[in-house]
Amino acid sequence: MRISLTRRYRFAASHRLHSAALSMAENERIYGKCNSPYGHGHNYAVEVTITGPVDTDTGMIANLGELDPFVQREVIEAFDYKYLNEDVPEFQAMVPTTENVCREIYRRLTKFSAARIERVRIEETSKNSFEYTGEQSV
Amino acid sequence: MIRITRKVEFSAAHFYHNPKFSVEENRHIFGKCSNMHGHGHNYTLEVTIAGEPDPATGMVLDLKELKDILQREVVERMDHKHLNHEVPELTGKIPTCENVAAVIWNLLESKISRGKLDRVRLYESDDLFADCTAETNGAKR
Repeated sequence: MRISLTRRYRFAASHRLHSAALSMAENERIYGKCNSPYGHGHNYAVEVTITGPVDTDTGMIANLGELDPFVQREVIEAFDYKYLNEDVPEFQAMVPTTENVCREIYRRLTKFSAARIERVRIEETSKNSFEYTGEQSV
Repeated sequence: MIRITRKVEFSAAHFYHNPKFSVEENRHIFGKCSNMHGHGHNYTLEVTIAGEPDPATGMVLDLKELKDILQREVVERMDHKHLNHEVPELTGKIPTCENVAAVIWNLLESKISRGKLDRVRLYESDDLFADCTAETNGAKR
C-alpha cells in the first residue's frame, strides 16, 4: 500500500489565451472568448500531492508547516491577484493555458526537499480540471 | 475492471504529541495541533473497491455489504471518539491524516469479500486528504 497526502490551495488570477505565433484570426478562432484582449479571470484551486515514507516520529509524509509556506512563497504569492501573462515571467513566452500553469506549478514545486511532488491538479472552474504528474508517467 | 466507491463520514477528536519530544519541540513541530486538550474534525472517508462484476448480480461487491463493513470497522470505532485515547489501533501513533488512513486501510483490507481494496481516501477537511492505494494499482491518481 502506498500513501500520499494532498493539500488544496487557492489563487485568483487573470489571463488571456493568445499566441504570438498565430495570426489574429487564428487566435480568435482557436481561443474564442479566452482571446478577449483585456483578459479575464478565474478562482483557481490547486491540489498538491506529495508522497514518501511516513516519518514514525511525526506520523507525517511532510510537515504542512513546511509545505504550506513553501507553496505560498513559490506559487500563491507569485500567482494570486496577478495577470499571469504579464506578472509571471514564464508566461511572457508561453500561453497561460491551465495545462501550462499546471506544468509551471509542478516545476516550481519540485524544489521541495521534504517529500516528492507526485501530482499537481488544478481546477480552473468547477467544470474544468487539469493534472500533471511529471513526464515519466506520460 | 470496475471501481466502486462508497463514502461515509465520522467526527472525531485528536491532537499530535510525541513523548520523545520536549514540550517546545512538540509545539514547534506540531503547531496548534499539539494542544493536548485536542480538537476535532468532520472526516469524510471514500473507500474504493476494484474488481470484475459478478455475472449473476452485476456487482463488484454489494454496496450494502460495504456499507455494513464501513459502519462496523470505521464508524463504530472512530465516530464521536477521541483518536488518541479510544482507538487501540492508533496507540503509539500520531493520529495524522496519513496514519488514520493507513489504519483504516489495514482494518478493511482483509474484510473485503469480493474485489480488492483499491483506495482509501480520508479527508480531514475540504483542503486536506490522504490516499492509501494498492501497490498493484498502476494508475497514478
